[in-house]
Amino acid sequence: MSVSARILVLHLGLLALLFVLQFVLPPYHHGNIARIMVLASYAIGYNILFGYTGLLSLGHALFFAAGMYGMGLTIQHAGFAPAPAILVGILAGAAVSAALALLALRTIGVAFMIVTLMFAQAGYLTVLYFGEYTRGDEGFVIQAAQRIVWGIDLSDATNRYFAAWALFAVSLIICLQVVRAPFGRTLVAIRENEERVRMLGYDTFAHKLSAMVLSGTIAAAAGAFYGLLFGYAGASFASVQYSILPLLWVLLGGAGTVLGPFVGTVFMFYLIDLSSGITTAHMLIAGVALVALTLFAPQGLVGEIKRRGAKWLP
Amino acid sequence: MELGPYILLATLEGAVTAAVLALTAVGLSLVFGVMRVVNIAHGEFFMLGAVIAWYVAHYMGGHPALGFVAALVLAPLLVGGLAVAADMTILKRIEYDPERTIVATIGLLYIIQQLTLMTYGPEARPVEPPFNERIALPWFEFGDDGLEFYYPWGLSTTSYKLAVIGAAAAVLAGVWAMMTRTKVGLLMRATQADREMALAFGIPVERVYAIVFGIGAGLAALAAVLIVPIQQAHYLMGADPLLLSFIVVIIGGLGSLPGTVVAAIIIGLSDGIISVFFSPTLAKILATLLVGLVLVFRPQGLFGTRAA
Repeated sequence: MSVSARILVLHLGLLALLFVLQFVLPPYHHGNIARIMVLASYAIGYNILFGYTGLLSLGHALFFAAGMYGMGLTIQHAGFAPAPAILVGILAGAAVSAALALLALRTIGVAFMIVTLMFAQAGYLTVLYFGEYTRGDEGFVIQAAQRIVWGIDLSDATNRYFAAWALFAVSLIICLQVVRAPFGRTLVAIRENEERVRMLGYDTFAHKLSAMVLSGTIAAAAGAFYGLLFGYAGASFASVQYSILPLLWVLLGGAGTVLGPFVGTVFMFYLIDLSSGITTAHMLIAGVALVALTLFAPQGLVGEIKRRGAKWLP
Repeated sequence: MELGPYILLATLEGAVTAAVLALTAVGLSLVFGVMRVVNIAHGEFFMLGAVIAWYVAHYMGGHPALGFVAALVLAPLLVGGLAVAADMTILKRIEYDPERTIVATIGLLYIIQQLTLMTYGPEARPVEPPFNERIALPWFEFGDDGLEFYYPWGLSTTSYKLAVIGAAAAVLAGVWAMMTRTKVGLLMRATQADREMALAFGIPVERVYAIVFGIGAGLAALAAVLIVPIQQAHYLMGADPLLLSFIVVIIGGLGSLPGTVVAAIIIGLSDGIISVFFSPTLAKILATLLVGLVLVFRPQGLFGTRAA
């Protein structure tokens, strides 16, 4: 089997498996997997910027929240139907990520992290400041009656699973196509040696800008879907914690691999799920995982597999 | 109260904030300057200082001053020791890579915060100040018989708050003397200037790093012990000092100690006065946006000259 056939079989196989799992999973895990697929889409978006382009953002919650509130506020206050509201959320994410990219990409390294962190923090505080509309920390519920798209009720578990699966499939295929295209190769080259790429005549700023907008837009789509599928939008999704979680998932699964974000999200989700039976301090586990990862597996799970033999993994 | 005395009061409160902030931020700045890494867990070292102060004061008994003085010595030592241990077990092994250090210290932040929650609990607990006399302050007025002094109601401070300002100034002078007048300071400055060259001259760079990381954390803990009789010890109290220290360090110029102190005084003083005019949330939004924009357009900071 040629490499590209192998890649296609592996990724489409995962999507097919997730599609079929729908019919066999018990209700509890059924709900979990739906949630994981939406969060994994968020991580896939994050990975395009962090894993492939080498830009560590600490402000992706801003994009996730832009999608979530772009969708939620138009439904809540402008009476939009869910489908156009989702579109508003995605466009909001694209606009916010383009604006932040134009500012933050003037900096590199540690300054880039702090600039994204500061603007995301300002975004979080803005959500709190306009508490009249956003209801701040408490958040607001999107009623089941407002979650019907083209006659499909998204508060129903089966429909919700399919919607999450569709989002995940689209994100995964976009990511797979992008990283195998010349554009994605250039991003990897920028990650490895930006000076050299610029010397070869590429416009590295335009590439980084596109990567950040693509990354932010996928994150916003995940945010919009999350709010709609689970019927809730709250300020905690805009907080620093939600910027750090995708970093954690991507690091755990393997930065710069297409499957890494999904594997990392599944692993972390069930690690916390299983350990919450023992302790309530799940952030402790997240903390230990972060430290252990930087120490022992900087490549992540899929990254380790890739390093140890499966070099063809995209 | 009229505006004049009110602003004097805000300035005094601001000076206490500035003093504590300067200590915390100098700790962060020292670590960034010498080691070139950003310590996200800095706020948690601050919080640990306050929590340890509560434990020491609580179990010491006797006169409040006794427990407080013990805390003043023990908290920075314990927290500094913990930081040195973290440096040697974690940061050294990831070779002080700037990005991986940020990830590791985020992990450290969660670990410290959750362990404190599990042992110390979610309550905010006070520590009694060693002395706390109320000092009324005079204000002047041009009355019928020329300049008159009087004591407006509410215009007062406490001896403890003045002592905090004094203590912070003394510690900062000590840090400055250490950096410029001692051998340890010389080694630190050499490492800061050129790590490779320092290594070539036989300076134990890794030991210098461990000491700097310990001193940085110790300064944060010391600042927390000073503030804990005014605020209370709580497991989430590290977030604000971290954010404010970041702002101060960036405005002051990354890694520049005098710039950091000047910025701390400006931010501390304006913090009180700004929140008179704006809501605290709006003030925070403006502050975070300002920091972001300063980093974008003047990465060397407002007072720095060297590129970060």
